[in-house]
Amino acid sequence: MAQTIPLSYYLAISAVLFAMGALGVLIRRNPLIIFMSVELMLNAANLAFVAFARSFGVLTGQIFVFFVMTVSAAEVAVGLALIIIIFRNKHSIDVDLMNSLKG
Amino acid sequence: MNLTLILFIVLAAVAVASAAGLLVSRNTVYAALFLVLNFATVAVFYLLLGAPFIALAQVTIYAGAIMVLFLFVIMLLGSEKLPRGQALPWQRPMAIVLAAVLLAEAGFLLFQRLQLTASLANPEASVNTTETLRTLGMTLFNQYLLPFEVTSVLLLVAMVGVIVLTKKEKGEQG
Repeated sequence: MAQTIPLSYYLAISAVLFAMGALGVLIRRNPLIIFMSVELMLNAANLAFVAFARSFGVLTGQIFVFFVMTVSAAEVAVGLALIIIIFRNKHSIDVDLMNSLKG
Repeated sequence: MNLTLILFIVLAAVAVASAAGLLVSRNTVYAALFLVLNFATVAVFYLLLGAPFIALAQVTIYAGAIMVLFLFVIMLLGSEKLPRGQALPWQRPMAIVLAAVLLAEAGFLLFQRLQLTASLANPEASVNTTETLRTLGMTLFNQYLLPFEVTSVLLLVAMVGVIVLTKKEKGEQG
């Protein structure tokens, strides 16, 4: 087996993906795509978790990734339900229209 | 330049390109499919890092369940092509500057504060996947048993909450 890839490469790709997710949250106005960008950021954090777990030779990082995955599944379910309700009330899901707390 | 490094570079290029596709695509369905591609490449990263359980969970939970839910909602709302509202004039350049600042901060922390030149430890230790999986399961169900059970409660609450949220009131139209 040849030499392995340095940890910093994984952390760099994780940082790049996280920054792109943050950029997506900031520039897009479709809440579904904003949501997908949030998932991209969670995924980048998971990649950093697994890389550090491998680097330090412990499994705790992988356990945390497992919990992050379940929490993000719950988050996606609730968030998509909210988007459906907003669409039902306003017949549009542009984020600029979500500026009042009363339906 | 060995084979693993070439594989890593190709995967990194695909991951960044698919994330960029998610950011720029006008059609929401294309964006979701770009995200599926991104999740798949990250799953291969997990395999390279010796985490097969996490890699397969990534494929089944993220690329399978979550993205199917996304596609379902996209098609339910018919929002593949939304009319574009008027954008704030400074929104895009401001966002790009802020994201560049975030990336620069992360790079500074990576390469200045931490000395991360060391290679990943003992690659042979993770080859025995059965042993790794056994250790993972023992850790999950001994040391992290309480968080695991709390997670099940969390999923139950999310499920009940979604049903309550999307249930139509009696007599409500639409």
